[in-house]
Amino acid sequence: MGQVLVVTSGKGGVGKTTTTANIGTGLAAAGHKVALLDTDIGLRNLDVVLGLENRIVFDIVDVVNGNCRLRQALIRDKRFEGLHLLPAAQTKDKTAVNPDQMLGLIAELKKEFDYIIIDCPAGIEQGFRNAIAGAEKAIVVTTPEVSAVRDADRIIGLLEASDLREPKLIINRIRPKMVRQGDMMSIEDILDILAVDLLGIIPEDDMIVITTNRGEAVVLDQNSRSGQAYRNIVRRILGEEVPIINLDEEEEGFFKKLRRIIGLK
Amino acid sequence: MLEFITRLFGKEYKSKNIAKERLRLVLVHDRASISPQMLESLKLDLIKVISNYMEIDEENLDVSLDSSGNTVALVANIPVTGMKRTAG
Repeated sequence: MGQVLVVTSGKGGVGKTTTTANIGTGLAAAGHKVALLDTDIGLRNLDVVLGLENRIVFDIVDVVNGNCRLRQALIRDKRFEGLHLLPAAQTKDKTAVNPDQMLGLIAELKKEFDYIIIDCPAGIEQGFRNAIAGAEKAIVVTTPEVSAVRDADRIIGLLEASDLREPKLIINRIRPKMVRQGDMMSIEDILDILAVDLLGIIPEDDMIVITTNRGEAVVLDQNSRSGQAYRNIVRRILGEEVPIINLDEEEEGFFKKLRRIIGLK
Repeated sequence: MLEFITRLFGKEYKSKNIAKERLRLVLVHDRASISPQMLESLKLDLIKVISNYMEIDEENLDVSLDSSGNTVALVANIPVTGMKRTAG
């Protein structure tokens, strides 16, 4: 039976969809069968982040309404045979699916996949209720900003009230230089406030923008720090103990960068 | 107050400390919303404990969370109708 994870945050724009795509791709690259579920009905995006937007025929609303079979709606990834996407509907709204239908859908997916990862919409209304309905574990994404951490705190409270205990935290878009200067909250600051376990940190990285532009996942990029960070998260989900990357060490200085550019490295 | 501290410590008081301080304050209020079920079970527990020492008017007992300014307080108004001589 597969494991069901929901990726949530409360606040929009902190990197839920990017995180879902990268964890899913990483797990599939490790040989697992993965289904990604976009539950952001009306504002679907996981399809474009994965570069699968041109292959959509049916969506999650078609499946729960019985317009097609689950198999017909699942889109296979370009690279990995084990990776599938069930896209959200774009022309309906969040009420087009209810939590009971989600439970049924997930029960069916669990028979066939090792991991089912649910991309939750922003907010705490029905879209959120749908997304967490069938989840067994929750991943909360935040960024080092007052608004994002506040919303993460609220979401953690709501998850625990729904019996999704001990959610794991991902802190996204950390800028090591600003943290060193004391102008950005550090990992410790955020953990201190939220009091949850850390699943991983992702540094702010141009490579995420570049790979997303192409509809690829940065987790497959062997040279970027964000790719490494996502690979570490995937390994932790698989049960490995991986230390949190030290962002201070890896920051490339100006001269080091210059030397690399002119080939002196 | 924050501004005063900022001025006092000059550059030493970093913006992340301001962020953390503001966050702490806002979360005290956010977290102060307690579910009706939790408040109800708190009420029952209070009645249980206090009844060991005094007789109270359970009907007119009122327990609520009051958040104002920078603090959150648990306010309980429990009418006492009689005292017990011994605990238990």
